[in-house]
Amino acid sequence: MSLHLVIDYLFSAVFFQAAMMTLLITVTSLFFGVLAGLVIALLQEATFRPVRVLAWIYLWLFRGTPVLFQIIFIYNVLPGFGIRLSAFLSAVIALSLNEGAYMAEILRSGLGAVKKGQRTAGLALGLTRTGVMRYIVLPQALRIVLPPVGNQMIGMLKTSALVSVVAVQELLLVANQTASSNFRYFEALTAAGIYYLALTTIFMGLQALLEQSLDVKRRRARSEKRSLLQRLAPIEEAH
Amino acid sequence: MFPLSPLSAEAVMTSPPRTTPAGKPLLEIVGIDKSFGSTQILKCCSLEVHPRETVVLIGPSGSGKSTLLRCVNLLEPADEGNVFFRGEDITRDLRNAPRLRREIGMVFQNFELFQHLSAAENIMLAPMKVLGLSRADAHDVALDLLKKVHIPAKADSYPDELSGGQQQRVAIARALAMKPALMLYDEPTSALDPEMIREVLDVMAELSAEGMTSIVVTHEMGFARRAADRIVFMEAGEIVETAKSDAFFGGTVNARAQRFLEQILH
Ligand SMILES: Nc1ncnc2c1ncn2[C@@H]1O[C@H](COP(=O)(O)OP(=O)(O)OP(=O)(O)O)[C@@H](O)[C@H]1O
Ligand SMILES: [Mg+2]
Repeated sequence: MSLHLVIDYLFSAVFFQAAMMTLLITVTSLFFGVLAGLVIALLQEATFRPVRVLAWIYLWLFRGTPVLFQIIFIYNVLPGFGIRLSAFLSAVIALSLNEGAYMAEILRSGLGAVKKGQRTAGLALGLTRTGVMRYIVLPQALRIVLPPVGNQMIGMLKTSALVSVVAVQELLLVANQTASSNFRYFEALTAAGIYYLALTTIFMGLQALLEQSLDVKRRRARSEKRSLLQRLAPIEEAH
Repeated sequence: MFPLSPLSAEAVMTSPPRTTPAGKPLLEIVGIDKSFGSTQILKCCSLEVHPRETVVLIGPSGSGKSTLLRCVNLLEPADEGNVFFRGEDITRDLRNAPRLRREIGMVFQNFELFQHLSAAENIMLAPMKVLGLSRADAHDVALDLLKKVHIPAKADSYPDELSGGQQQRVAIARALAMKPALMLYDEPTSALDPEMIREVLDVMAELSAEGMTSIVVTHEMGFARRAADRIVFMEAGEIVETAKSDAFFGGTVNARAQRFLEQILH
């Protein structure tokens, strides 16, 4: 066991690039995943039945098969139909489509949590259905779904390791390759683990920041803090 | 959204009340039916509301009062019959519903303030997004209206920081911000604690006294006595009685209405 080697790996270009690849896959897939999820969630609310059926089939396909299967399928089967995608692109498409299915469910629960009366009130003011969605329902739903969406984001960071199966040079694959050349598994995997934890920590921090900035009642949070201090005050006096 | 000529806050606040030609009703409901599934909720309901008139709509729970109100601003389209607004048949014109609804304010039992917006922002939303007012102009409108409903200091409070009575008054201000020609109130005080009912009814009565045309579903007979020009009694989807307020309270009402009155007063 060599701590020195762990540090060497941490600061090596290969590991750093691999971590950046993991980050890139995660962020890109999340972006398109949220987009796909939003589209599917809205389609599920459509009044035209075939559209709802289409959304349902999407969810059924992508939640009913393993992500690993989807990645391998897009990379290996689509070329047979003349669609040849790079490993990176295949990976991002598979992860995005898969993520979209889960995001759709989360977003839909958020949309459902905004009570019907809120929409009625918006309509009664003369807003169109689109306006009601944009100014009244979505902003409220967003605040509700932020915690579960944050979980999905951190989950994606870890799911991205699966794309090593199509040989995208991401963190886990690079760590594994490095180790198998010299059998220093402990050092290589520890370095990868540290990178994963660092990225996860950054994501968690971002999530907390976002939640704070969306919280319209920061003033209340501050006054709660004060009351906590006030509650502590008597204890101090007792000493 | 509809293309609209830009309006200044001042124009919204000071333009003279829109009126229809004298003698013509502002709203005319002619024999409307409404069913949900196989149950008929409204049976051939007819009602006229003239400009500056306040009509109080009473009746037992489930008699169809809310449904009748919702047929007026097309939240529910009537199955049969017609609704005329300013003499224009609007019953089947669902595509123009947003345009119609700008002119008809609605106040709900549960206030339905937008939880993510402050009191002022609740009031500003529709003037900005529907009428195209600037943020500054809409803010002026909001502050004026909050003064009008007697809570000038609550502009920056969020709905869950307000009492029920304050929330309902913000909701009234929000409806007024569109300068409606007609206000619909659906049991605006029945979710309120007794001590807050008064402050809301006072605001409504002031508006009625200023000539705001209104239809009010309420069981507050004190308000009806004070502010109503006419009382309409509904039962089982039918309009059973329409009486001038003084006649109604003078005791010359039909037996079913009389029985209902005795129930809610005791
Ligand atoms: N969207 C709907 N779908 C099915 N039934 C409905 C719907 N809206 C109302 N109803 C039914 O229509 C009837 C009349 O309802 P409505 O809300 O108009 O009565 P109301 O006079 O306002 O009663 P309340 O005093 O309880 O508010 C009720 O029996 C109700 O269950
Ligand atoms: Mg009702």
